[in-house]
Amino acid sequence: MNPYVAGFLLGILLLLTIYITGRGLGASGGLKAVVLTAVKAVQPDQWTNGSYFQHYTGSHTGSPLNSWLFFEIIGVVIGAFYSGLISSRLDFKIDKGFRITNKTRLLMAGLGGILFGFGSQLGRGCTSGAALSGMAVMSFGGIVTMLSIFGAAYLAAYFFRKYWI
Amino acid sequence: MGPLVPTIISNEFDLVIALLLGFGFGFILEQAGFSTSKKLVGLFYGYDFVVLKVFFTAGITAMIGVLLLGHFGLLDLSIIYVNPTFLKSAIIGGLIMGVGFVVGGFCPGTSVCASATGKIDGIIFVLGGLFGIYLFMEFYPFLINTYMAGAMGPVTIPDVFGISPIATAALFSAIALGGFVLAAYVESRVNKVPFELPRKQKVKMILTALVPFIVIAITAFSPDKNERMEAKINSAELLNKAGTKAIDGDKMALEIVNNHYKWNIIDVRSPEVYKAWHLPLAINIPLDSMRNREWESYFKQKFKKNVYYSDDTDMTKKAFATAEVIGKADNYILKTGAAEFRQIFFKPQPPGPNATKDEVDLYHFRLKSGIQMDDLAKALERFHSKPKKKKLRKVQGGCA
Repeated sequence: MNPYVAGFLLGILLLLTIYITGRGLGASGGLKAVVLTAVKAVQPDQWTNGSYFQHYTGSHTGSPLNSWLFFEIIGVVIGAFYSGLISSRLDFKIDKGFRITNKTRLLMAGLGGILFGFGSQLGRGCTSGAALSGMAVMSFGGIVTMLSIFGAAYLAAYFFRKYWI
Repeated sequence: MGPLVPTIISNEFDLVIALLLGFGFGFILEQAGFSTSKKLVGLFYGYDFVVLKVFFTAGITAMIGVLLLGHFGLLDLSIIYVNPTFLKSAIIGGLIMGVGFVVGGFCPGTSVCASATGKIDGIIFVLGGLFGIYLFMEFYPFLINTYMAGAMGPVTIPDVFGISPIATAALFSAIALGGFVLAAYVESRVNKVPFELPRKQKVKMILTALVPFIVIAITAFSPDKNERMEAKINSAELLNKAGTKAIDGDKMALEIVNNHYKWNIIDVRSPEVYKAWHLPLAINIPLDSMRNREWESYFKQKFKKNVYYSDDTDMTKKAFATAEVIGKADNYILKTGAAEFRQIFFKPQPPGPNATKDEVDLYHFRLKSGIQMDDLAKALERFHSKPKKKKLRKVQGGCA
């Protein structure tokens, strides 16, 4: 799809989301719901005593999975799968620069995920929830986060170039 | 008026909406090619700017759309979720995410899309992301100071820099377009293809680039919802209509005594004067807060008649016109002012020795009505002392 057309459609979808629900789209929040559920099930001690979880349960009741972003992220999985299906892009594979091994790539993917997951909690949202949805409502914090993400990525790109090009 | 949740769409159905919107989100991201890490990081090495193009086109489309819907009164901008600003954590969190982007090749949304299409690096990134989120939660006690520092509340670019939302939208559109041109140039240099486009395509591109500015200009130069409402309220037509739907004090007193349940008696004066004295069973909706949405259920209902009063006929007529513009309720005005109403029913002048029978009858009617209205007001106090305000809560959102 032409990237500008895709962007326009995504913008309309985001606008529709704000019009219907009053809030934007997100991604890391959906993953957070999964982590919260896992902690609740596996570490009940942590769940009741950990300061983060106390902070969370203070303002939320019920299962963490009963959240808007969790349902949204399930939709994302289905939507992306359907898109891959109709465009014949479903395949188990690994995308990487030609100079590195699969093992290195997966290690880097895991490490990047850890950083992004951690950063998204500290920054109160990721590229979707803070940067994109924040931009739609002209949120100062959202735009600061956006500049910060892309700024750091450009600076870091030089040091990680052999992994990609 | 949006947002539709929770007033029009229930909170439970909202989760179904989430699933559907998520489907669209995942579908568009995947179609844009965001399930391939190599394509995503192309942005940082200059060979593929698809992320920049999609991201900023989406951002300004939504931004201008929100502006437009707010301007024409279709979306209540005062209650939609605006991400709060915590400056320190926004910057540090963003820096960590930026490094994670280059190292891992994804962001959370795109990694979920990649996983759904079978990319193993995507799946590993998601698992890493879950672990990263867990780490944050575990180390929360050490991070809380950074996390909470620099709290500025839900401020926007217009708030911080003192520029209008319209100027902000125009500025972002200009930056985005500049970015697109630059991206196309860098892309052509890195990939060694000519930068020039065929003439026909170039014209098309320029015309498309003008669209956001045209929409912003329409927003800037057309009257907004309040201005249009104001014009309607002051139109002679509605003010004349008020004259035809006027009732006098005696008729009103009779209605209150016999049919009070058919009426909303609305005092449009200020809360102070309302408190000092008001008509029996009256509620207070000051004229200048009539347009607050919390009152709209009174102006949009069709079960009761609304009657407006104050001490000034022009003010009462204006309240009538405002109500007519807001909703389709059956509206009336009380010709008798509040002070006069109080005088004739609660301190009626005894007729003189030469009064006619009609004057004596009227006196007794007014005296009796006053007592009956007082009794009713006392008996029904708990119903009319707490008017039904529509609850409008700020939407809770965000990823954190």
